[in-house]
Amino acid sequence: MGVVTFTMDDVQYSANEGDTILKVARDNGVHIPTLCFLEGLSPVGACRLCLVEIEGSPKLFPACTTKPAEGMIVRTQTERLKKYRKMIVELLASEGNHQCAVCVVNGHCELQDLAYEVGLDHVRFPYLYPAKTLDASHKEFVIDRNRCVLCTRCVRVCHEVEGAHVWDIANRGINCEIIADMNTPWGESDLCTSCGKCVRVCPVGALLEKGATVGELKKERGFVKVIVTARSKHEWITVEDHEEE
Amino acid sequence: MTIEDLHELAEKERQRQAQYKYRILYCSSAGCVSSGCEAARTALKQALEEHGVAKQCELVGTGCLGMCGEGPLVLVHNDQTLYQRVDATIARKIVEEHILKGNIVREHTIDLNDPFFAEQKKIVLENMGKINAESIEEYIAADGYSALVKVLSGMTPEDVISEIRRSNLRGRGGAGYPTGLKWDIVRKSPSDQKYVVCNADEGDPGAFMDRSVLEGDPHRVLEGMAIAGYAVGANQGYIYVRAEYPLAIERLRLAIKQAERLGILGNRILESNFNFHIDIRIGAGAFVCGEETALIRSIMGRRGRPRPRPPFPSEKGLWDKPTVINNVETFANVPPIIRNGASWFTSIGTQKSPGTKVFALAGKVKRTGLIEVPMGISLRKVVFDIGGGTPDGSTFKAVQTGGPSGGCIPEQHLDLPVDYESLQSVGSIMGSGGMIVMDNTSDMVDVAKFFMEFCMDESCGKCIPCRVGTKHIYMMLDKIVKEEGTEEDFALLQELCVMVKETSLCGLGQSAPNPVLSTIRFFREEYTKKLQPTSCYEGNASTITETNGEQK
Repeated sequence: MGVVTFTMDDVQYSANEGDTILKVARDNGVHIPTLCFLEGLSPVGACRLCLVEIEGSPKLFPACTTKPAEGMIVRTQTERLKKYRKMIVELLASEGNHQCAVCVVNGHCELQDLAYEVGLDHVRFPYLYPAKTLDASHKEFVIDRNRCVLCTRCVRVCHEVEGAHVWDIANRGINCEIIADMNTPWGESDLCTSCGKCVRVCPVGALLEKGATVGELKKERGFVKVIVTARSKHEWITVEDHEEE
Repeated sequence: MTIEDLHELAEKERQRQAQYKYRILYCSSAGCVSSGCEAARTALKQALEEHGVAKQCELVGTGCLGMCGEGPLVLVHNDQTLYQRVDATIARKIVEEHILKGNIVREHTIDLNDPFFAEQKKIVLENMGKINAESIEEYIAADGYSALVKVLSGMTPEDVISEIRRSNLRGRGGAGYPTGLKWDIVRKSPSDQKYVVCNADEGDPGAFMDRSVLEGDPHRVLEGMAIAGYAVGANQGYIYVRAEYPLAIERLRLAIKQAERLGILGNRILESNFNFHIDIRIGAGAFVCGEETALIRSIMGRRGRPRPRPPFPSEKGLWDKPTVINNVETFANVPPIIRNGASWFTSIGTQKSPGTKVFALAGKVKRTGLIEVPMGISLRKVVFDIGGGTPDGSTFKAVQTGGPSGGCIPEQHLDLPVDYESLQSVGSIMGSGGMIVMDNTSDMVDVAKFFMEFCMDESCGKCIPCRVGTKHIYMMLDKIVKEEGTEEDFALLQELCVMVKETSLCGLGQSAPNPVLSTIRFFREEYTKKLQPTSCYEGNASTITETNGEQK
């Protein structure tokens, strides 16, 4: 595997061929904000928060899917990028029904953290106040679509890691929604294994455990990386192994 | 079937056609179907039979004859007489006067020397009004599949690619990417399996170029795809066509069946070692599936959502295999280029954008329809000579190209040549070929709002700027149209438009603000005159209460 050298924010870095700009940045302590990205899940480049500038191109590139090339000059913190990141969080804030004060993840929320990070002190766009639904039919979990940011982490973890594919997206544009199975109540899903992975990867309070009250729900997301790494290294106890013993 | 058999078939077909005294071609494309060509056809057929001349005349359904606004159109091929608005009565008259007595029914004809026809240059549409849209024999008799024969009987894949590269053919889907270069990348990408995909998911409001080509000359597209398959080393092609084009799908199905029957598609094509199959995939009506990565996912049976590029489909496309994906019109240009050579093609149009472009001319012009013009022709010629200018009593205001991804071009830029770069320089795009003319009755803010509503509805919802941004842009435009917007709204609108353009994931979001930005650029006063002088927050207390009340 080859190695490429490139410049990011005036510092030179080397990267294994195949690494993304975001991976190199994270490995070297350069902070680039993300929302839809989660290590272990396939990157989708959807939230546009990790956009970076690459010299020689007028376009912006998502760091989570773009691979550095030899001699590439990348900028991650220009005024233009900062402005756009702030506007993205601003758009998200206007889109859903985000009420931090009564939210289970208040204080442990990635959207809230982002809002602090980009310095979002007010929203210039009118709040859309969409009429979204809440589904508490599952015995252990709840999905509150009012708080959903449509990052699709739940869709990906369920499909890629759990292999159940309970979640998917219905409708399009501003009317997009996360649905279970073919739009059935979560509790009646034929596919759900109640593993809870979706709840743990959700960056906001849209997927939650029953019983948690305001500010109580802390989510642990490192497990995806552990599972995926173990799988790729075949450090996995399979059913066949047991049978052989 | 061997190549010799094919030549024989062509000769036989030409002889068959020559035995008729008259070939009467009626337009059987969707435009004329909806204005009643079926009634005209029945009346013609009946009249021919009644007068006992049915055996001397051939009645043929052909592709789009162009002047869709005057349909149903009927062309008497032998003396090139074009009749307009043919109903049952006129159809009888044509048979009784023209066919029987040889007297042309002048009051119902359209002059073929009219600038509408004279200023056009037909390459892609050359078979419209010449051949039966449902007959492979007629296509072959009109030099059809001779390009494929030429390719299979003496050109290496590299020769084909270098010919296309030298022709400087650029993608007709709108972005203008060099077709030869794309093919070259796919050819050089190592893989045991490659694909050719034809993008027929034409979705711009008012555009029907690809539909007309598929309805009127489907074999031309199949031939172009097969040549592409040979050039890049693919054995499977897909045509992704939208479900709203039932007639195009029907004709494509028939065309594929005919070609397979004659051994022009399938295994060992024309007894060579080249295999190429084509299947149809039908879209479910999402505009975003015209974006290549979303289209590919849709063919694979997944939700049509774009993904970031690179990697481009030419490296990782359908099922992660190298994939050529071109527009209908691009493939339709390939056979004539191979037949006549690259230098013939570069002699037409401009140096940077050679060839022709098909446009669907619509809106406030006297003559609307399907036109094909050489690149580099001025917009003024298209609007005023071909289109005949705006209807009497109204004045020209703007011409919109590129549909919801394009922009409005005002009077002062009408002398601009039609090519990729020139249109881009005034904030519009070539696009797939929709061209809508607007006169002084059009409110440009309303126009921008119409296109933004379209983009908002068609956004897939994957990336935040497009999903939420288009909604807010639409709401702000609506506010301005209702004369409730303020200076602050107008400033924020422009800021948001630039942000959505620069940060969106795919072409839909990146170009969605174009109609707004271009109308602001050229018709700024139409926005500013609708703005409220002060923000409501600076007004009196009652306004504030009202606003707060509304938000709840």
